[in-house]
Amino acid sequence: MAGNYEYEDGPTTEGGAVNDNGNGTGYDPNFVPDSVKSFVAHLYRHIREKNVYEIHQMYESSFQTLSERLFKDTPWPSVEAVSHYVDNDHVFCLLYREMWFRHLYARLSPTLRQRIDSWDNYCSLFQVVLHGVVNMQLPNQWLWDMVDEFVYQFQSFCQYRAKMKSKSELEISLLKQFDQANYAWNVYGVLNFLQALVEKSAIIQILEQEKEGLEQFTATDGYDYSGGSNVLKVLGYFSIVGLLRVHCLLGDYQTGLKCLLPIDITQQGVYTSVIGSHITTIYHYGFANLMMRRYVDAIREFNKMLLYIYKTKQYHQKSPQYEQILKKNEQMYALLAISLSLCPQVKLVEETVNSQLREKYGEKMIRMQRYDDEAFAIYDELFSYACPKFITPSASSFDEPLVNYNQDAYRLQLKLFLYEVKQQQLLSGVRTFMKVYSTISLSKLANYMEVDEPTLRTILMTYKHKTHSVDFEGKVTSNADVDFYIDDDMIHVSESKPVKQYGDYFLRQIVKLEGVINDMDRVKLE
Amino acid sequence: MGRGRETPKSQQQQVSYTVEQLVAVNPYNPDILPDLENYVNEQVSLQTYSLDANLCLLRLYQFEPDRMSTQIVARILVKALMAMPAPDFSLCLFLIPERVQMEEQFKTLIVLSHYLETGRFRQFWDEAAKSRHIVEAVPGFEQAIQAFAIHVLTLTYQKVPRTVLAEAINIEGLSLDKFLEHHVANSGWILEKGHGKGQLIILPRNEFNHPELKKNAADSIPLEHVTRIFP
Repeated sequence: MAGNYEYEDGPTTEGGAVNDNGNGTGYDPNFVPDSVKSFVAHLYRHIREKNVYEIHQMYESSFQTLSERLFKDTPWPSVEAVSHYVDNDHVFCLLYREMWFRHLYARLSPTLRQRIDSWDNYCSLFQVVLHGVVNMQLPNQWLWDMVDEFVYQFQSFCQYRAKMKSKSELEISLLKQFDQANYAWNVYGVLNFLQALVEKSAIIQILEQEKEGLEQFTATDGYDYSGGSNVLKVLGYFSIVGLLRVHCLLGDYQTGLKCLLPIDITQQGVYTSVIGSHITTIYHYGFANLMMRRYVDAIREFNKMLLYIYKTKQYHQKSPQYEQILKKNEQMYALLAISLSLCPQVKLVEETVNSQLREKYGEKMIRMQRYDDEAFAIYDELFSYACPKFITPSASSFDEPLVNYNQDAYRLQLKLFLYEVKQQQLLSGVRTFMKVYSTISLSKLANYMEVDEPTLRTILMTYKHKTHSVDFEGKVTSNADVDFYIDDDMIHVSESKPVKQYGDYFLRQIVKLEGVINDMDRVKLE
Repeated sequence: MGRGRETPKSQQQQVSYTVEQLVAVNPYNPDILPDLENYVNEQVSLQTYSLDANLCLLRLYQFEPDRMSTQIVARILVKALMAMPAPDFSLCLFLIPERVQMEEQFKTLIVLSHYLETGRFRQFWDEAAKSRHIVEAVPGFEQAIQAFAIHVLTLTYQKVPRTVLAEAINIEGLSLDKFLEHHVANSGWILEKGHGKGQLIILPRNEFNHPELKKNAADSIPLEHVTRIFP
């Protein structure tokens, strides 16, 4: 994706054709190696026979192997070239093209023309699905990848569009052409497709009815065992996560979290059936909560996710998502470091995660809690490393002189975040003293903190305000690790006793014991 | 609340969607922009509030910056300020381009927010007095900020000196006496004579200023988990 070669074809190129990307390998879109003929024919057959397991194998392994071996830095053969091996099946061709573009984005650098063609392909594909005429069962991994890639290409296009400086005359004229209604990758189109998939699939109602035992969805991992198709339902489901992600990219954290509400992230669900979806959901959930000052919620979820990755990443070593998993893992550690520096609730973090965190960011976290200039620089660094790639959703501005504005959205979010950090500057001082005293007069504490009494009162009120978050319904929750109350001019620090979680422990042991007894029963019968 | 357009007689039979319904069902639609703007004005005059509708409008402004009305944005921000302690003000700022935030009226609003976020009520009221044109345009502003001030005081104090309260809500003298009387009668406040320094106001008990009231939810188990272990 890093390539600098963004050649532009003229508007006369016929649809779907690809020009030589200038790397001299003489790519011929019409040449179909035998292994590809066999691949598409088999994949097509498995899809028709609804053989999900085989489809998954081919999609995950064979496609990757062939890409690695034959198409390391060229695109796959064009869809026109392969279509007669698959009965010219319209839907299969749409699926093939989707994979084709995904491969292109991953290995090469798409031209503007290709970006537009990919958008057209998604439109066609989603419209087919939305019309409810699709009768396939596809693996969840594939369906997730479609939604994920769709949002990714949107983000990529916004970034591309905002880099006006390096554009050629030709590119600019093509962009202008597409800046009408229904232009490629416009934000309305993207959001409305995701919304339509959610609505048409009735996934929200399905999830609700499932809680009352009237529907089966999670129990079957989204698959339809009564002869129907899982495609619309599961695409609708994953679009919920897609909406969360797009809203985060726009900086609208509240709406993003609201979109996610139908999915209960305290439980396993279809979103955990694919590691990419699990990580994307929790990463954005945590980030949105961080920006909304709901530090405890962010810390809890990052902790669970990081522990899960720690335990399971070895199983994904061979998968094409492995690098992405590792990257998101590192980013979540950075976000966890930030969250814990603003809200030092270390009890919420599990041992393994904590020791990893200390290793990566222990030093930095100590410095962040000093709230001096160096601290702000570290907050800046970690935030910039870990934040989503924010976008400017509006159409290009063609005003001279052309400027790059792809960083504007990111700079705004960073600025507001650091502003919030600055407002919390004096709170760590309060914490330090609260840990040492059980009662202390305002005048004494003001003395130690080298401020006057009225200022101290404002600092204490700031502490209370910042550590008590308010949710959608106006309910107040305390995020405070140490707390206090004031009686006239005396501060009384609250004792917080760490509570042992007996309930959970007993439940787990009971279930375990039952399991053992059941096993033993079985042994006797043999 | 109708669509804000002329509806011919024959269509008046149809169900007209409220703005809230539009936002819930069809939010990514540039056509509802005028409805959302009208709704902001309605929230101001009727002293109602809807964060979701306002965020929806700010998003549409993001998508089509040429249609942005800074006057409407300013009103949204004032309403958001009035929603404190909710973080609505920051949530709105995240959606407003930096160059717009650099305009005078927005800089003032950001300063006002900053004072409230950091408990600097005296500075807040001083600055608000200088910016009457912004804040007086929205009815209910003063009361909303006073309610926020009381919220923070109630989190912080079991007993608060009269002077601290007075500064936080910007009421003094006889008006303050009346105010206190009202809350003693309706909100469970108790007045007490302080040690020669003046009145003390005892604020209602809650889990935040009375730690012993804190329900320890840490060890409670949802019923569903328990039912799972039964055959």
